Amino acid sequence: MSDVTVHADEHVHHPFLQHQFEDLGQQHEASTLGMWVFLATEILFFGGVLMAYWIYRTIYPEAWALAGEQQNTLAGGINTLVLITSSLTMALAVRTAQLGSRRATLVFLFATMLFGATFLGIKAYEYNAHWHEGLFPGSHFTWHENPELAPKVQLFMVFYWGMTGLHALHMVIGVGLLLWIISRAWRDHFGPEYYSPVEVMGLYWHFVDIVWIFLFPFLYLIPHFGVLHG
Amino acid sequence: MADIHEAPHDVTPLPTYFFVFIALAAGTLLTWYASTINLGWANTPIALFIATTKAVLVILFFMHVIHSTRLTWVVIIASFVWLGMLFVLTFADYLTRFWAID
Repeated sequence: MSDVTVHADEHVHHPFLQHQFEDLGQQHEASTLGMWVFLATEILFFGGVLMAYWIYRTIYPEAWALAGEQQNTLAGGINTLVLITSSLTMALAVRTAQLGSRRATLVFLFATMLFGATFLGIKAYEYNAHWHEGLFPGSHFTWHENPELAPKVQLFMVFYWGMTGLHALHMVIGVGLLLWIISRAWRDHFGPEYYSPVEVMGLYWHFVDIVWIFLFPFLYLIPHFGVLHG
Repeated sequence: MADIHEAPHDVTPLPTYFFVFIALAAGTLLTWYASTINLGWANTPIALFIATTKAVLVILFFMHVIHSTRLTWVVIIASFVWLGMLFVLTFADYLTRFWAID
């Protein structure tokens, strides 16, 4: 590498400093900024779906209320706490990577992955229940209580499966990325000078947590506000 | 910007992380509890307010935006401004379609 020899008189290059950057600080800044640009597209992506959901909610409030009653609020609430806890362990993984503690970083990354898997497990339990209740949209959809509202209840369930499914897909990707970060932490790649991949992993993980922070009230709590209560 | 080169050394103190975590957990319980009481029209804004507060806490402290450069702030604020335009302009259409014409 000619790069190394050119700069050899100044300082020794960090093995993970890419040649287009002046130093690790600039590289870190570029990494987080790039991640935020990606997250901006994700904000608009999930935001657009939430907006469509909200429009139909204002048009079909009774159906939304009935469908909202079918949700397992306890499972949704527990999952919210599970995800928040996973965000804490993720933040602590970044912190321990910054402090150069390989062992603690591995423990917190692994804990984050475990909480993520727990979330997906609880979600799978809910999906299974909805499937057997006939609440999956399509030819097997069953709704006998008030047939005139059935298509609108089904529309809610399209949003429910679509939004939680997109979120769960992000979680699965997150768990996959965590495996990669864990393998790098195992090889002792991170330390006070270089921990950008852990930080960017954290940005992704916390963003997926934020999406759920909105999905929980939207899908589990809000649907029956002002209709069944009032 | 002078603080670019110091960015990798901002280590958040442990109490900050734990305080944010407790606030997030309390917010989750509060939003569930608030949903069990009939507050009429106020239920929805309360749920949205709690969710937004939780999101801001995660963004500022877990995602370290409070220590980020102004350029990062611009990207984040811009994304929410665009989201706001999407919401306002779309709702201005759909939510007024059923208004009676006198």
